[in-house]
Amino acid sequence: MSGDDAVTVRDDGIVLVRAGKVELGQGVLTALAQIAADALGADLGQVRILPARTGAGPDEGITAGSRSISHSGPPLREACARVRAACAAEAARRWGVAPGEVTVRRGEFRCGDLTATYADLAKAAGPGAHPGGPPVGTAPEATVNAVEAAPVYVGVSVPRLDLPDKVAGRPRFVHDLRLPGQLHGRVLRPPSPAARLRHLTPQPDLRVVRDGSFLGVLAETEPEADRALNRLRKAAEWDDRDTLPDEHDLRTFLRTGPHETVRVREPAGERPDGELRTATYSRPFIAHASIAPSCAAARWNADGTLEVWSHTQGVHPLRTALARILGLDEERIEVRHVEGAGCYGHNAADDVALDAALLAREAGGRPVQVRWSRRDELTWAPFGSAMSVDVAAVVDEAGTVRSWEYDVWSQGHISRPGYAGVPGLLAGAHLERPWTYPAATDPPERGGWGMTRNAAPIYDFPRVAVTGHRVLETPIRSSALRSLGAFMNVFAIESFMDELALAAGRDPLAYRLDHLGDPRGQEVLRRAAAAAGWGAPGLGLGFAQYKGVGAYCAAVAEVEAEQDVRVRRLTIAVDVGQVVNPDGVRNQIEGGATQAVSWTLKERVRFDRHAITSGDWEAYPILRFSEAPEVVVELVEHPGTPSVGAGEAAQGPVAAAIANAVAATIEVRVRDLPLDREAVIRAIE
Amino acid sequence: MTGITGMIVNGAAVEAGSDPDTPLLDVLRGELGLVGTRFGCGVGLCGACFVLLDGRVTAACDTPLSACEGREVVTVEGLAPGDSLHPVQRAILEEQAGQCGYCLSGIMVSAAALLAADPRPDEEAVVAALDRNLCRCGVQRRVVRAVLKAAE
Repeated sequence: MSGDDAVTVRDDGIVLVRAGKVELGQGVLTALAQIAADALGADLGQVRILPARTGAGPDEGITAGSRSISHSGPPLREACARVRAACAAEAARRWGVAPGEVTVRRGEFRCGDLTATYADLAKAAGPGAHPGGPPVGTAPEATVNAVEAAPVYVGVSVPRLDLPDKVAGRPRFVHDLRLPGQLHGRVLRPPSPAARLRHLTPQPDLRVVRDGSFLGVLAETEPEADRALNRLRKAAEWDDRDTLPDEHDLRTFLRTGPHETVRVREPAGERPDGELRTATYSRPFIAHASIAPSCAAARWNADGTLEVWSHTQGVHPLRTALARILGLDEERIEVRHVEGAGCYGHNAADDVALDAALLAREAGGRPVQVRWSRRDELTWAPFGSAMSVDVAAVVDEAGTVRSWEYDVWSQGHISRPGYAGVPGLLAGAHLERPWTYPAATDPPERGGWGMTRNAAPIYDFPRVAVTGHRVLETPIRSSALRSLGAFMNVFAIESFMDELALAAGRDPLAYRLDHLGDPRGQEVLRRAAAAAGWGAPGLGLGFAQYKGVGAYCAAVAEVEAEQDVRVRRLTIAVDVGQVVNPDGVRNQIEGGATQAVSWTLKERVRFDRHAITSGDWEAYPILRFSEAPEVVVELVEHPGTPSVGAGEAAQGPVAAAIANAVAATIEVRVRDLPLDREAVIRAIE
Repeated sequence: MTGITGMIVNGAAVEAGSDPDTPLLDVLRGELGLVGTRFGCGVGLCGACFVLLDGRVTAACDTPLSACEGREVVTVEGLAPGDSLHPVQRAILEEQAGQCGYCLSGIMVSAAALLAADPRPDEEAVVAALDRNLCRCGVQRRVVRAVLKAAE
């Protein structure tokens, strides 16, 4: 934790922790509170996690990639332990004992019959244990260790701290902000990605904001803003043209260059002799489809500073991007995190923050809240990229893999603010002096890759080639959607493993275990299979270790495939190392798996050659209550191993498990997602 | 054509001054400051804005204020009196049946209406009652468990 104000103790003993990570609906603030409470030896009720902001607390980049606990946990633990040590040292000084004789539990420092609280000690302990004090950092490590106690909260299913407000309907979301004097803004997006504003009939009674092809309106209330937007739509004329690829031939689009070629694994030697088996898999573009459209508020102050309230995944990267587009010194912008609805990757949260700043610039110092429409959310937010995969394996007489070659074609999976050296915020491309953004790029290997995330198989194949081909020119905006390329790559690898096992007449579970040396992987596979009653007919299996370094996850699916494909039940075993909050992990796995059922069975961004057309819940249906399967989660615990994230572990294994269960149930192999009725019929033909 | 629309909101008589064409959702969230009812899609397809209108589950986003004259509106804030929680709300917390929580207001309104009509629903009835509510985080099965628990 880099900020020297990350942990402070108030006079009443409440410990304020300024988080560097943000609550996205995943429960991370609760998990961080558990870690902080244990490291402090405090009661959970006296720990308050404050939302991230640029002006205070640590800069921990973005909250993404299932890294929050592994990334934020250790420095938070250290910062809290330093505060605890300073207070323990103060207690020792008062009592005339050695610091090592002082223990602390549930917020009570104790040595024999002597007791004290954080409220008693913090002020005198001074250094950093109190607001305004200099950083704590002087306590010797030996002192820190001397008062280390067994965890009280870590490893326990503590209830989510944010849920009571949400269940009672209290203001909690950025949409609920009501700043003094707040105006409401709406943005009129162009009719297509290529459209530019040709003419706008003046609307003297509307408060119109225009900068090039960026158009917005201001109003006193939301319904007035909606009515004004409808009038603005009729008043705008656009130059427009068709630029989108053929939705029904994305394979050709993705495989037509130019590409960047990424070699993840170079093969050792020539392809050996043996039987060659090949297959091709695909997925379409997929939308974030959060239940709330993105929303933000902004205010320009008289001194030229800008304040922004946003459900961004990263307050600091957003601030940098805003500063560049607005031509403002970063120090003059404060971005505060306020919760939004579920965030599953790089959605429109950052875009709408720029919209709010642009509209607020014309609001005479009044704050402006901007909320996108459902249609804009489903058509203008970045998508998870469509992908196409070829896999070729040489097998011996027993069907065992001798050589594995894997090629994936995809757009990049990251166009976050600042990522490719450009701000990346949508409205920037529509301004009078427009920004030009390149196609989405990908993280490097140390960031877990993008299109090639999980493209390298976990299995011990003697010869492996893995190559990615990233599309460099595209009119369709893509960026990070939960698990990036891993969803597709695990679907392809695990579907193909099933195909190879069945072709060899071998049991798919045994076939995987025969190719797998990793003991934690083996254990997860065995646990899922045992819990699901493996051996019963019609079950399908999928397995992966997220990013090759994260959580191990094996899923077993049981499906019905009469008219539509339905998933009846998922049994999932997961190993996330040390578990901070067991129910939190279960909830993340259940949720990730359920969302993956939706992606796998139903979802596909629709478009014609002109524009994205899937702009409502009828054109972009997602899983309903009647379609949500029972999900059984087995936690495979490894206390003492580093904690890794759970939010992105299940998606790929679930997709493969469903496809493999369909193959096991009706003997039809579907290689193209979504796995809907049409896909089954095409596969039969 | 601004007038006054009289209705009962969460048990109290209110007079709303918004234009009669204004969606009930905007009146609740704006004029009346009841932000627990959420905007999701604006066309009645997601359930985030569900309220009870004379006891019936209704999308507040595409119901004009004029249709509420003299009628009784119950929002998530009014499912239980005062600061108390409705059994469905308590069960949602007990089962930790939420992630982002944005869809929960509408879901709890649907569930409360179900339990008012059918105090002992089976699982199939719960699923059917919630099928117009969308949830993106994937807590559907936890919610079903919670509603069944609330009915016990």
